Amino acid sequence: MVPEPYYTALSAILFTIGVVGVLVRRNPLVIFMSIELMLNAANLALVAFGHRAGTADAQVLVFFVMTVAAAEVAVGLAIIVAIFRLRRRLSVDELSIMRW
Amino acid sequence: MNHLVFFAVAVVAVVSALGLVLRRNPIHGALFLVVNLGCVAVLYLLLGAEFLALAQVIIYAGAIMVLFVFAIMVLIPGKEETGPDPLRSQRLLALPLGALLLFEIGLILSSSVFVAAPPSRAPAGPAAAGGIQSVGRLLLGDYLFPFEVTSVLLLAALVGVLALAKRKAG
Repeated sequence: MVPEPYYTALSAILFTIGVVGVLVRRNPLVIFMSIELMLNAANLALVAFGHRAGTADAQVLVFFVMTVAAAEVAVGLAIIVAIFRLRRRLSVDELSIMRW
Repeated sequence: MNHLVFFAVAVVAVVSALGLVLRRNPIHGALFLVVNLGCVAVLYLLLGAEFLALAQVIIYAGAIMVLFVFAIMVLIPGKEETGPDPLRSQRLLALPLGALLLFEIGLILSSSVFVAAPPSRAPAGPAAAGGIQSVGRLLLGDYLFPFEVTSVLLLAALVGVLALAKRKAG
């Protein structure tokens, strides 16, 4: 068996790559995909911890996270499409209307 | 054998995640993300979570990524990140910040809470043994209420998306 710390280390690396993607990229779609990457990394860590504890509860939790992620993607993409319809451009740097 | 599969899949997962972040074309990023999600599904299989591996492929790599690819096709981006970056100095900060975050996560994961805890493996009873069976029992037993609330959440997301996507009449 592969020890669980390997899985959590991989999950930490994937999460960090996702964070850097959110910070570096300008396209909201790519930022959104980086967020999905971070969600996945967290899921992987959760399953690894559940595997160590020997219960299936973590898997149920991850299933709920997947459902919430699906709803989140639908709403988020609808918002991005609405913004694109309004502005004809997609760049997060220009969306500073909510900033004071 | 397990180690071999794990390291091969881990390398592919990290490379595909880097591809998502580094490639300029968002459609390439989406395809890299599909590869990454598939790798995580294989890792779920290695961890004995068969149900999650299947759900990962169907929900994430199937439904969610189709939505992403569809949105990328509709919005036709690809020209957005070509010009000079006005915030380049701020973006360069992302690398040291990412390294710092990785260091902190490593510090937390190697702390006593996660390492010293003995692997209190529950007795391999019928609940712990069967992957899909035990998940199903938990989902429709202990977690029945959250399971039902999830359906309300999906309905709310459906209505919200319809309200957002509807064009204003006139």
